[in-house]
Amino acid sequence: MVQSIATAMPSITGSATAAGARESFRELYTRTFRWMVLARQLDDKLASLYRGGKIYGGVFLGRGQEALSAAVGVHLRPGDVFAPLIRDCAGRLAFGETVLDIIRTHLGSIRGPMRGRDGNVHRGRPRAGMLPMISHLGAMISVVNGALMARRFRGEHGHVGAASIGDGGTSTGSFHEGFNQTAVEKLPLVLVVADNQFAYSTPNSRQFACRDLEDRAAGYGVTGHSADGTDLQSCLEVLGRAFALARDGGGPQMVVAKLLRLCGHGEHDDGSYVESKLKLAATGRDCMRVAEARVIREGWADARAVDGWRAESVKQIEDAVATAQREPGPDPSAEDWRALSERRLTETHES
Amino acid sequence: MSITYLEAIRAAQAKALADDPRVFIYGQDVGDFGGAFKATKHLAKEFQGRVLDSPISEDAIVGMAIGAAMEGMRPIVEMQFADFSSAAFTQIVNQAATLWWRTEVPCPITIRLPSGGTQGSGPFHSQSLEVLYAHFPGLVVMTPATVEDAYSMLLEAVAIDDPVVFCEHKLLYYHLKAERLPSEALPAGKARIARAGRDLTIVAYSAMLHEALAVAEELAPLGHEVEVVDLRTVKPLDTDTVMASVARTGRLLCVGESWPWGGVTAEVIARVASEGFGLLDAPPQRLNAKDTPVPYHPNLWAAHRPTARTISDAARRLLKL
Repeated sequence: MVQSIATAMPSITGSATAAGARESFRELYTRTFRWMVLARQLDDKLASLYRGGKIYGGVFLGRGQEALSAAVGVHLRPGDVFAPLIRDCAGRLAFGETVLDIIRTHLGSIRGPMRGRDGNVHRGRPRAGMLPMISHLGAMISVVNGALMARRFRGEHGHVGAASIGDGGTSTGSFHEGFNQTAVEKLPLVLVVADNQFAYSTPNSRQFACRDLEDRAAGYGVTGHSADGTDLQSCLEVLGRAFALARDGGGPQMVVAKLLRLCGHGEHDDGSYVESKLKLAATGRDCMRVAEARVIREGWADARAVDGWRAESVKQIEDAVATAQREPGPDPSAEDWRALSERRLTETHES
Repeated sequence: MSITYLEAIRAAQAKALADDPRVFIYGQDVGDFGGAFKATKHLAKEFQGRVLDSPISEDAIVGMAIGAAMEGMRPIVEMQFADFSSAAFTQIVNQAATLWWRTEVPCPITIRLPSGGTQGSGPFHSQSLEVLYAHFPGLVVMTPATVEDAYSMLLEAVAIDDPVVFCEHKLLYYHLKAERLPSEALPAGKARIARAGRDLTIVAYSAMLHEALAVAEELAPLGHEVEVVDLRTVKPLDTDTVMASVARTGRLLCVGESWPWGGVTAEVIARVASEGFGLLDAPPQRLNAKDTPVPYHPNLWAAHRPTARTISDAARRLLKL
């Protein structure tokens, strides 16, 4: 793995160099699968830390969505912009976020990018193109548009943006305003819809009435794509096409991937409302198992090698946890309690 | 040669565009049409590709500005009316206002809100929302009352590294005039003594400044000298200037066009009462609009907001006239 947990700042060069055309499908598939493995192991650790009472807020996992998310991350390059959502650990890692950033933010370390001021999934490094999500769904799309507009104003070409959304998030006004704006400005944005069939507990039947969310692409005047979110090959191929089109001047792309959330909304939720027939359906497959079986079947790696990757991930994660747990949390007396960057404009009156 | 408040706003935007390649303007009808009030007249032609029409999408307008600002741009966005900024509330208070605090990446955006009541504008084209935005940490809220401030404060808003909500008053657009644009100005966050006096302090901002000045003028021949403080920026609030004025006069009347529950006038009085109680010779008073939506008919509208007449009545009571 290109990732080094000793580096606090994300290095987003690793994901890009290998994404070139010379990389074979086998290499791309295997590399992406390894990000999935790291993300799944990291999610497992976060769940365990949550159960152990080590995390102050909620924990939101990407189980079942790793293939889609990682396939987004491996197609992004330095200079691109990514607005991930709560189930995008794999894509974030593939784009360059470090395990240490993720652990530090969950544990509230002052050395993390959010310094204890924000936590869990609400992390990012805007300077590296990784936008820190706010909780209001759909609100990040127009922000990515703005980052892409800035590149256009500066005459920089060849960069793309990616924004994640779920089936539920497509119901918000911000989603519509943002994506319509993307389309009007013909921005190189790939909008990735993880249709995991539930928004918290609400099934799609109570969320939208169109046949398929992909149908909405035509309404916005953008190119729509459909992917099997349980199959890494489908995700890589469809996103590869979408990113290539966006990068080459083809305008906004909308990718809808069908899958099933294989966990609760957050770790506080057991997801008991998900009927077993959905889990047994084709969209209920675990993308991790599908990808692992493929890697082994094709002979790209044997089971022992995969176990080795897993062990390597666990070691990396455990090292990061050990590091972050030794670090102090924020000290209220050392906090400057200012919400403005310009000190002279800070309200001095307190009562 | 005279220049109006609205022309000053246009001139400030032209200067910002000319001086700084990072500046662009985005909003509904701001392009070739020049804006609903013509605050961006001819700018699209003068600055090609940098004055852009948006869809009717307030949320996305502000969101785009935030994304561009993160990347080092200095966007100015126009809400067609302040009232419609409620449709951009999430982006303003949750995204723009939290960005620097969360990430140490500044968010230098200027959000222009054509604010306040005018005859016949009714409930949805008349609102004064400075209080709403002042409530949230992470925003600077400006309320210029003069042509000079409309110009210099808008330029300062663009230069400030934090999000600025710029509340420009529509009633002042056309009739308020100055001989020339200023070359220097007080910085944001500093109030101004608009008229010196020793008997009563009236704290006002935006269009209410002119109502307050009219009252000072009216009471002067009666031997009562009213000091008028123009807050200029409601957040941060210049408590020191207000307190110093109350120390001189011993009496305080605070006037705002927004609604009475909470707000700038309540904040000023709370600060003076808690920190300067001993300076007061009489209970501090305040005047605001009535606690209803802003009415359509001119008779109702004129009675809804504070005017020189109602301010004068309150001032006279405070002065025991």
